[in-house]
Amino acid sequence: MLVQLAQAGPVIPTFQRGSTCERENRHFCWDWFSSHWSNTFVPRLVEHIELVAIAVGIGFVIAMACALIAYRWKWFDGPATGVFAFFYTIPSLAFFQLMVPFTGLTRLSAEIALISYTLLILFRNIVTGLHEVPPDALEAAQAMGLTRNQTLWRVELPLALPAIMAGIRIATVTTISLATIAAFIGVGGLGQPIFNAIQTGFKTQFIAAGVLAVLLAFVADALLVLVQRLLTPWARARVG
Amino acid sequence: MDREAGSAAAIEFCDVSKRYEGRETHAVHELSLSVPAGDICVLIGPSGSGKTTAMKMVNRLIDITSGDITIGGQSVRRLDLTELRRGIGYVFQQIGLFPHMSIEDNIGTVPRLLGWPKQRIHGRVAELLELVGLEPSDAKRYPGQFSGGQRQRIGVARAMAADPPIMLMDEPFGAIDPITRERLTDDFLRLHAEVRKTVIFVTHDIDEAIKVGDRVAILKAGRLVQYGTPDEILAAPADDFVADFVGADRGLKRLRLRRLRDIELEPVSENGDVADLPTVDERTSLRDALSLMVTQRVTALVVLDESGEPRGMVGMQTLAHFADAEEATA
Repeated sequence: MLVQLAQAGPVIPTFQRGSTCERENRHFCWDWFSSHWSNTFVPRLVEHIELVAIAVGIGFVIAMACALIAYRWKWFDGPATGVFAFFYTIPSLAFFQLMVPFTGLTRLSAEIALISYTLLILFRNIVTGLHEVPPDALEAAQAMGLTRNQTLWRVELPLALPAIMAGIRIATVTTISLATIAAFIGVGGLGQPIFNAIQTGFKTQFIAAGVLAVLLAFVADALLVLVQRLLTPWARARVG
Repeated sequence: MDREAGSAAAIEFCDVSKRYEGRETHAVHELSLSVPAGDICVLIGPSGSGKTTAMKMVNRLIDITSGDITIGGQSVRRLDLTELRRGIGYVFQQIGLFPHMSIEDNIGTVPRLLGWPKQRIHGRVAELLELVGLEPSDAKRYPGQFSGGQRQRIGVARAMAADPPIMLMDEPFGAIDPITRERLTDDFLRLHAEVRKTVIFVTHDIDEAIKVGDRVAILKAGRLVQYGTPDEILAAPADDFVADFVGADRGLKRLRLRRLRDIELEPVSENGDVADLPTVDERTSLRDALSLMVTQRVTALVVLDESGEPRGMVGMQTLAHFADAEEATA
């Protein structure tokens, strides 16, 4: 398909006029990439980060609220997991398209889909983390006269933090990947140059955007690991 | 609770019963006993005897079905739950240190809840660490960096942080190797001699009960079978169950309760060949003295006082008198 599209005719204006590398459509043309870095890739990268940050941020708030409810009232766990798992199974391309009749070709449509995908991962990880708090720590908290809320904020949530952070890491990396598909409904992000490149067959653009998305995922994950280490100094403090 | 911090308070169980929902029998049945302020009361019995249930009703980790428990005359049922618990130190086998908090924050948990100023908490933590034999520099470390025995010491320090008049201890040294356990028990008794809290101590180990308890309450199937000093119980078990429970060697166990300096010694005989007899320090327990006689194949020992001067002699007959289980001594 790439080949056919490329043969259909010059879509990118520079195709016939650019450097030899561009005209021959080699795998990666550095000069094209560097000349388009600031006006094409930086804005797309920023859009992408925004899409992901908003989705994971709002997803986290919703998942945390639901997890706290499910932790206190067990009956809520099953239905919530069911609904979030249902969202998770909807094919992503279809989900974005599905939102268009309701919220149009807008960022809102993209965010609703992206948030929905984060919920299952975040919710399950938070609930699991809370359930894995050592029972002896809870008994001590109770015996020392901590109230329910004090126990939650001072003991349960801090001890669930590693599991919660693991959830945020998976959700973030997944959303960075999914957000490229959001370009399908025209909301920008790194998916846009990828979609363009699929239509034109211009390899440099395709590879540059793809590699940037992968790098973004790595960097985001590394930053989250760093945040986790700062938040849980006790996890590394062991005998010897 | 307006009890003055630091002072011990008497604990009184009045016809306390506990029946768990859906159970036919009582876990604890009409338990009545009083623990004088400052004493260590050991609750002991086989599993299912209700000893832990009885203890946990004091800070209402378990609700009382009927009857009442009073602390310094105040009913625990009428006290605010969080206030009640903040006024009672609690140590249990699993320790339950908060792994995400530094030692200082762990020990300072209840003082923080009580709103103590930072400086006071800091000072108290340093004081407690020293009291339980840890370094001041340990305050900033995390529980994961300590051995089981050290963690149990931290657990005891945390329970004493706000200087509660009462401590509940549920098999506190149960998960610790025998040697460390022995040392922890000795250290705890020394500590208790200093701070004199009223302690309820649960164990299933009769030797530990005898060693630790000022009074021992033996429970069986939720009922109190016998309550008395270790000596009373070893000398006169109330029934076959108690006799069985304290063991056939209860005479020997009684010997361990006394030291040579606590008993009347025979005068060192002038003409006897005393020089051949082994000597023994007056701080030695009667049991260890007997052990020495058996291994040295003698029937008497010369007892030395702290300066190493002979104070008197002790013979096999005297020891036998103190081991005699039927003869209760006042």
